[in-house]
Amino acid sequence: MNKWFMFLLATFSLTPLLLAPFASAEAGEKAKDNYRVYCIQCHGMQGDGMGLNIRDMSVQPRDHTDVKSMASRTDTELFKVIKEGGVAINKSSLMPPWGDTLSDDEIHDLVQYLRTLCKCKGANG
Amino acid sequence: MPAAHAGETGAALLQQRCVACHDLQGPAPTTLTQLFARKAPDLFYAGNKYQTAWVAAWLQQPKRIRPAGMLYLDHIKPGVKRDMVDSSTLKPHMALNNDDANKVAHALALLKPYNDRIKAVSHDPSISPGPLGEMLFDKIYGCMACHQIEPDFGGLSAPEIFTAGKRLQAAYMLSYIRSPQAWDAKTWMPNKHVSSPNDQKLVNYIIELSKENFDE
Repeated sequence: MNKWFMFLLATFSLTPLLLAPFASAEAGEKAKDNYRVYCIQCHGMQGDGMGLNIRDMSVQPRDHTDVKSMASRTDTELFKVIKEGGVAINKSSLMPPWGDTLSDDEIHDLVQYLRTLCKCKGANG
Repeated sequence: MPAAHAGETGAALLQQRCVACHDLQGPAPTTLTQLFARKAPDLFYAGNKYQTAWVAAWLQQPKRIRPAGMLYLDHIKPGVKRDMVDSSTLKPHMALNNDDANKVAHALALLKPYNDRIKAVSHDPSISPGPLGEMLFDKIYGCMACHQIEPDFGGLSAPEIFTAGKRLQAAYMLSYIRSPQAWDAKTWMPNKHVSSPNDQKLVNYIIELSKENFDE
């Protein structure tokens, strides 16, 4: 009986720790869904910068599948430009800040999603 | 017909003909799952948002305001040079006769759950953007990336802006520009943190733009 008690105690004590890594994902939206809603209007359905809105833009959106240009950006830079907009890294104001729309966790997830599109790592690793 | 009576009758019309697509209860979507399920613009705060005369006229001769539909990603397809609007997926809005359109417009005008937000802002029509209005809209804040400032110029994922001055109440525009997410948490309009008085200038630019009558 004492063994069962100890087993149950250990199981329920560990449950929050076991679930902790998924807490962020449950609280926010999936990166792929956020990318579809907020990014593809300019960056394109294929992530290639050929979005619906680009025809009259003075500056073309980044091609997220371009390994060379994406690899030149660090994850920190990508986080900053998503959260604060293009002007924050001396780029175009056409890239808006999404900091009031997405949580920091969602933006971190979005950065990792971008890495899957370019199949590359950032300049800092 | 007194407005109150017209509103009662219009409320019945809303339930009969509008509620299948438009949310008349609220709140606005707070998750993307809810956003994906939204078929048409929320109308539960229409009285805080729209100009009643415009609503009555538009319902009799509805024209598409959002070039790529309510949720643009449901109505696009890959193109040769860029993604394109897939017109085959867009459906026309029903038209109402004059009497019904006015009844519905008056019923919608009664839906004002967010008077506090409207009262919290003070639109100042005297703050002219001058010749810099278009520069503010296009270059400084990059709004044209998603909005058209005249037919066939500008982005397609958001409502056309050249009719917004006739369509929307000035105080609503001001409040929405200051915090789109306060009105619609999952909207794909970002908060660009437009400083004052540039927010007033943008609203007045939009009102001036509507006087060009691009839609006529």
